[in-house]
Amino acid sequence: MSDISFVRTEMLPQQEPPATSVGVVGWMRQNLFSGWLNSAITVICAVFVFYIAGFLLSWAVSPTWAATSLGECREILAGHEGACWGVIRDRWVQLLFGFYPADQYWRPILTFVLLAVALAPVLFADKVPAKLIYFSAAYPFIMPWLLWGGAIWGPLVAAAGFVLGYVVYRVVDGMAGSLAAIIAAVAAAIIWWLLLASPLAGMLTGIADIGLEPVASRYFGGMMLSITIGVVAIACSLPIGILLALGRQSDLLIVKAICVGFIEFIRGVPLITLLFVASTLLNIFMPPGTNFDIIMRVIIMATLFASAYMAEVIRGGLAALPKGQYEGADSLGLNYWQAQRLIIMPQALKISIPGIVSTFIGLFKDTTLVSVIGLLDPLGLSNAIRADSAWNGIVWELYGFIALMFFVFCFSMSRYSMYLERKLRTDHR
Amino acid sequence: MSDLAVERNIDRSKMTVSDEVAIEITNMNKWYGSFHVLRDINLTVNRGERIVIAGPSGSGKSTLIRCINRLEEHQAGRIVVDGTELTSDLKNIDKIRSEVGMCFQHFNLFPHLTILENCTLAPIWVRKTPRKEAIETAMHFLEKVKIPDQANKYPGQLSGGQQQRVAIARSLCMKPRIMLFDEPTSALDPEMIKEVLDTMIELAEEGMTMLCVTHEMGFARQVANRVIFMDQGQVVEQNEPEEFFNNPKSERTKLFLSQILGH
Repeated sequence: MSDISFVRTEMLPQQEPPATSVGVVGWMRQNLFSGWLNSAITVICAVFVFYIAGFLLSWAVSPTWAATSLGECREILAGHEGACWGVIRDRWVQLLFGFYPADQYWRPILTFVLLAVALAPVLFADKVPAKLIYFSAAYPFIMPWLLWGGAIWGPLVAAAGFVLGYVVYRVVDGMAGSLAAIIAAVAAAIIWWLLLASPLAGMLTGIADIGLEPVASRYFGGMMLSITIGVVAIACSLPIGILLALGRQSDLLIVKAICVGFIEFIRGVPLITLLFVASTLLNIFMPPGTNFDIIMRVIIMATLFASAYMAEVIRGGLAALPKGQYEGADSLGLNYWQAQRLIIMPQALKISIPGIVSTFIGLFKDTTLVSVIGLLDPLGLSNAIRADSAWNGIVWELYGFIALMFFVFCFSMSRYSMYLERKLRTDHR
Repeated sequence: MSDLAVERNIDRSKMTVSDEVAIEITNMNKWYGSFHVLRDINLTVNRGERIVIAGPSGSGKSTLIRCINRLEEHQAGRIVVDGTELTSDLKNIDKIRSEVGMCFQHFNLFPHLTILENCTLAPIWVRKTPRKEAIETAMHFLEKVKIPDQANKYPGQLSGGQQQRVAIARSLCMKPRIMLFDEPTSALDPEMIKEVLDTMIELAEEGMTMLCVTHEMGFARQVANRVIFMDQGQVVEQNEPEEFFNNPKSERTKLFLSQILGH
């Protein structure tokens, strides 16, 4: 009988793993104390974290909420280190709404509550009634009306332009094919907006003056301004970015040249330059007498800026798709737009989610740059507050509060993107 | 090469070739840049024919069948499919593509859609079939390829052989009159080749016009009515399978056959 011959006569039952490798103890042994060097680093880091946290906590827990000036804070603290929270109590409303008339605060609040309702069917399509999407479609017209006020006819007439375009599209599509229909629809809508919309809105206002008290753009400020610019620019930059990315891959030479030129130009210019163009130069190119709202101009510039980056992010997603997906779609007889909409974009956008959300977050934070052209976003307001003699010398409390507000929004976007990635993962086994 | 198909009794009652021309290719040439990849191809395929195209890699056999539904563009000559000539007219191309089914080496299923959605997508969007009817058709063909119970899974959850059968079902849902197969079994484990070949044989038994680029010589012997051997972008030899395998005429064909059948 040879040495290597072996036959098992009895199968081993399953056994519990050793106690030192499971549970809290096991986890700590593996991740914190897996050797003398790692144990030492763990201890040093823990001491450091406790020291910082202790310092921050003793600074932040400070009985200065009721103070009305920095001097009063110093009296209360009597030489101890501590935060002066009086400034936040005194000015938090201003940091949220800027100089928006106080009796109209319900309008921005309602706008952002409705924003949440309008976003729900877009962000959580499987959890809310599908019909809610009609409200999302109407929201772009409700939002400016609520914020800026004025007669209700303006947004209604503007919305009618889309309806007109759609009707023209359906009529011409039946007679002369889809390309002619798209051109006719766009032309009809533009003629409507440029030539007919404002006289008609004026006439309707003359007949029945229904509306809200108008609020001029210079009263906008604080987080409300940042969110307004950020949300509109985010919502517009994604579709424009998709079109630019597709245009850049197009076989049509002129379309491709325009898209590449646009993307490279916008990416090559700092956002601040574009904002200065928006605030000063744009008026020179406009026909005299036109009053193009400053916030609108900033939104357009921020949108164009973000859409150039968006286009490149999406191009990355498109490049990551195997060529077979295009061939699969082609071989079934899907046309270009069907293939893009049903096969290519759902996958390319899914791949690009981290990049898209990064661009969104960057764009949202870049809205603070509008303070350099005199708009009072939270940072612009903080300068005004610090110029007040009562709060002259305040730094950490104000910027900390603003940072916290931005962090809440940016972190939410980041978490949502991770949720979406998990939800769209279909390669699980 | 595997002779898996031999184990089956093939029902030849409906495997008849009619006089009607399904595909006509005349003096077709194609270049990749300056590389002359297809040289003066002439091929007439009658309805009901089952053609296997064989040849060494780089011989242009995949390119040839990809030209038939214009995944590749030819630069000279004519290709007429079902009476419609392939030109740069997009309407014609989409029409031909919806009449000609195609299966790929790497399946090219859509990973973000379920199996059922993969199958109903083109009927709903291209054929404008009502959703309910499209689902019924899809389930019918999924049963035919023997995976109806996987309908609500995603392609990533299926084995390679199952994915290729879904790809075949997806093509069949468009009720194509011609099927193209581009090395359908080359990316599969040996065990899974048989299930895909079985599906293809069933299709042939129903009288489908088929063009297959494949290295499955057993399938060629049993199912094909014509074998085409290509090398360097041209048709070197074509014949009935019996003659082709037992009595090849050209030296190049003999060399190829000795290499792939020699072990």
